[in-house]
Amino acid sequence: MRLPETESRPCTLLHRAPPRVKLVAALVLVTGTALLPRRLGPLYLAPAAVLGGLWLASRMPLLYALRRLLLAQTFILGIALLSLLSPSARPGFPATLSKSNLCILALLVLGWTTPFPELLLALRRLRLPSVMLTTLALMYRYLPVLAEEARRMERARASRTFSRKRRIAWQNLGAILGRLFVRTADRAERIYLAMCARGWR
Amino acid sequence: MGREEKPQRQHIMHLPDGFLDAKTALLSTGVAGAGVGLALRQVRTTLEPRQMPMLGLAAAFVFAAQMLNFPVAGGTSGHLLGGVLTAILLGPAAAVLVMTCVLIVQCLVFNDGGLLALGANVFNMAIVNACGGYFVFRLLKRLARMENNRATVFAAGFAGWFGTVLASITCAGQLALSGQSPWSVAFPAMALIHILIGAGEGLATALITMAVLRARPELLAGGQAGCLPHGQLLAGTGEAGALRPARSAGFSRQDGLGGTGGELCASRPRLLGFGLLISLGLVVFVAPFACPWPDGLQAVAKALGFAGQAAPPLIKGPVSEYRLPFINSLSAATAVAGVIGAILAFIGAYGLARLLAPGLDAPKKDAPSGN
Repeated sequence: MRLPETESRPCTLLHRAPPRVKLVAALVLVTGTALLPRRLGPLYLAPAAVLGGLWLASRMPLLYALRRLLLAQTFILGIALLSLLSPSARPGFPATLSKSNLCILALLVLGWTTPFPELLLALRRLRLPSVMLTTLALMYRYLPVLAEEARRMERARASRTFSRKRRIAWQNLGAILGRLFVRTADRAERIYLAMCARGWR
Repeated sequence: MGREEKPQRQHIMHLPDGFLDAKTALLSTGVAGAGVGLALRQVRTTLEPRQMPMLGLAAAFVFAAQMLNFPVAGGTSGHLLGGVLTAILLGPAAAVLVMTCVLIVQCLVFNDGGLLALGANVFNMAIVNACGGYFVFRLLKRLARMENNRATVFAAGFAGWFGTVLASITCAGQLALSGQSPWSVAFPAMALIHILIGAGEGLATALITMAVLRARPELLAGGQAGCLPHGQLLAGTGEAGALRPARSAGFSRQDGLGGTGGELCASRPRLLGFGLLISLGLVVFVAPFACPWPDGLQAVAKALGFAGQAAPPLIKGPVSEYRLPFINSLSAATAVAGVIGAILAFIGAYGLARLLAPGLDAPKKDAPSGN
């Protein structure tokens, strides 16, 4: 699993802007967009124009954005289809779709210009409790590690069991994930000792 | 190994931005904030420094677990949501924090779920799913007259189903409250889908719980005792009552299953807070629609007045909520489906426990410390 940050980034003005400002700006932009009336109108051009400008300024590759937007469409459509089923909510359908996509675009620009560690700093400046910060930081650090470990276990399972029976597949996966949790707990112990050895607290 | 391998997230409880209106987003952010605050306070008072890393690692574990796909019929596959599982393994307060962090990273890094809708998602997935499921887990485990491990597997299976369905109902309520889609559409669609998804979630929760029980039973002791978020997780002792067992840095492991004696002592008021929050959410998001009164605001006011008097609202909530909507036949049919689903899930979890739990005893007695 690759985190988005590992891709190379340009160094634009937006990339160098303080992360706290970017986070708050994204929140304002998302809130403003989400609170627009549920009818497609000229008002929608405002956030679209702002986002378009930011997109250009951040030099976000088209493919990068499109791929992520496409991934998000499945669950946007899933919920938006619900509103198509009823006559009263139907006129809101295109508006909802545009709103959601604009909001995702705002988050995409934020993610493209701000690596997660910087966002963590911003969250610290915004007084997020330290327990949450440590948890977020550790989670982000060990996400690729554990994802890789899960994949490795899954690969090992796939090379050893040849059954296509669903029951066995479920049991195996359950066992793998249970074992993964045990390994996670062990790793947490080691990490704590390592943190102490490096002067944590 | 690129982005293509990222699993598709089929569940639609992750609300994107643009679906909730201001009042619903504010309301759910408020309730979610209260829940996270409560969890933070509990974790601060009970968590030892050495258990700090486990929270972050557990969050990464949930994320990694979501990457493995369980095969479902017809070439489709689903993955674990993990809220109830986390609550069973770590206890409810820690689970709320862990799931909240998972949701924050999913939102900020993977654009999965909205920023403005984060509060709603935290409320649904971290508080209703994890704590609601955990409440049912504890209740069933206490009521079930079974051998300990079997009861755990049984309760975990049913709780996994229940938590998923409950969260989907509050999610439907939020959609309806913000006028996105009417309750008569949102409720059947969300509930019916999640009655099915919940079956897979329950099965996976039971299987993983059993695997952990089999490999390292003492890891579950914290979640079972409920007193500590995962108090014995690293220390692995049975001192359920002592919040800070005095011991040196060595991580000696003993069989923790003996130490659940102090089970309910400290945990009841803790669960109560989350229970109140969940029922508050049900009252605000679901009651206006499930009640026969047409006027939403008035119904909320009435229901809020109710909430003060109703003593055990947590279990009452979903039940009465299932029975009430005779507004149209689809909702009623969904309610019937929900009841049938609950019965089937109950029987299924029981059968699963009978089928799987006998295998638990042998490895546990032979090698209590696992690998």
